Amino acid sequence: MIEIIDLKKNFGPKQVLKDVNLKIEDGTVTCILGGSGSGKSTLIKCLVRLEQATGGRILVDGKDVTKINSEVKLAAIRRHFGYLFQDGALFDSMTVGENVAFGLKYLTDIPPADYAKVVKEKLALVGLKDVEHLNPSELSGGMRKRVSLARVLAISPKCILYDEPTTGLDPIMSDIISELILDLKHKLGVTSVVITHDMNSAFKIADKIAFLYEGRILMEGTPDELRHTDNPYVKQFVSGSSHGPIQMKIMKD
Amino acid sequence: MFTLIGKHIDNLLTQTGGAAEMIRSVLFWLGRSRFEFKQTVEQSVSIGVDSFGVTALTSLFTGMVLALQAGNTIGNIFGDPIFVGTIVSFSLIRELGPVLTGVVISGRAGAAVTAHIGTMAVTEQLDALYTLGTNPTRYLVIPRLFAFLLTMPVLTVFSNVFGVIGGYLVAAYALGVPGEVYFTDITTFMGVKDFMHGFIKSFVFAFMIATVCCYKGVSTRGGAEGVGKSTTGAVVTTIVLILVLDYFLTAILTAFGI
Repeated sequence: MIEIIDLKKNFGPKQVLKDVNLKIEDGTVTCILGGSGSGKSTLIKCLVRLEQATGGRILVDGKDVTKINSEVKLAAIRRHFGYLFQDGALFDSMTVGENVAFGLKYLTDIPPADYAKVVKEKLALVGLKDVEHLNPSELSGGMRKRVSLARVLAISPKCILYDEPTTGLDPIMSDIISELILDLKHKLGVTSVVITHDMNSAFKIADKIAFLYEGRILMEGTPDELRHTDNPYVKQFVSGSSHGPIQMKIMKD
Repeated sequence: MFTLIGKHIDNLLTQTGGAAEMIRSVLFWLGRSRFEFKQTVEQSVSIGVDSFGVTALTSLFTGMVLALQAGNTIGNIFGDPIFVGTIVSFSLIRELGPVLTGVVISGRAGAAVTAHIGTMAVTEQLDALYTLGTNPTRYLVIPRLFAFLLTMPVLTVFSNVFGVIGGYLVAAYALGVPGEVYFTDITTFMGVKDFMHGFIKSFVFAFMIATVCCYKGVSTRGGAEGVGKSTTGAVVTTIVLILVLDYFLTAILTAFGI
């Protein structure tokens, strides 16, 4: 279980996360909603210490990630997590196949002779075939995202952190990825934390949705609770309306 | 004015601290992780191949100009261009070989290292390394550090050879010094300690270039503009440090009789 307690994160004078409290149960899918720049990515980066929290605690199976000083212990905690980066973060000096196989060497006991088989299998899971030899620069944005997901799946983590898994994908592929997240939960008991703006996907896959606004979790609940909430902020976000209490300004000359 | 100076000092201290922290991390992971042999070989080949041509050309012409200047000056004073081989080889092997190789490697390979790691930093590829069971120190910095330590002394030796050949060409064909005299002047007055002097310098420069260029890369922020700034910063810093370190190394090594 992951428990986030009073989490704070500042970038210089800017306070991005103020007091985030959230519990993520094992084997569940938790979606985190929130406007652009609301600190969603920072929140999941803090979970694996890609960002160091300014204050508060993050307990992963009882261990406080924010207090670990040993690089070896941190690496041991990170082994349990897979992280799908917003723009894929594929290694551009390697082919797609080498990218997907990258973590196998460090995090699994799979013999190198079997890497090609694993790569093929994981790429097939995300709907890609015969792309192993391509360079990341030859892929579209959506394909990059899927290759990156295949790279995460290859290391079979207990918990996967998804940073906008369906952004840049067509609606059908988005649904396939949503199904895949659910499959991982049902068949392998994988815990998922999903940052998304895709309301269809969030309502389909989430056991719990947390709405992050101005550095705090404004509301958390089941998809049904969010759908029928009276909270005007959440209502506006869910309906995707530009009218409401959330003021997103467009800068004009 | 004072605020500006204070800001620069603060920046310098932060960067020095960051580089020191990176060296600590290198020492920490050296014995604790598998050695990235393939990466090290690839980087060594890349650094060597990248820099060989420019190093050879630079050294050849430096040797040539040294011979020309020395020959003409000594010729004007003593009537004959004597000790051209000694002057060329002393200048090259003790000073110019390691310094010129360092400057060339900074500009070619060092810049490439910073730009590569910097691009990885701004596209979250360094973060991805952490989540895939390794980290930038283990996967990127250690192999590059070894690659620089391996290739720099080798390139320095090549630089010395090309410089001496350049000096010979001018001595023999422009100044009329017989080849035998040129090379006897070198072997008579040069000793093992002179080679050691240059060799030690090349190791220190290699360590410094690898540290500065990798650190600048890893600490890159701010997209394509940030990568450009880091790369320029890395090249300027390493070239200045080569010249500064060269003075102090010469003073220290000479004090130790090397």
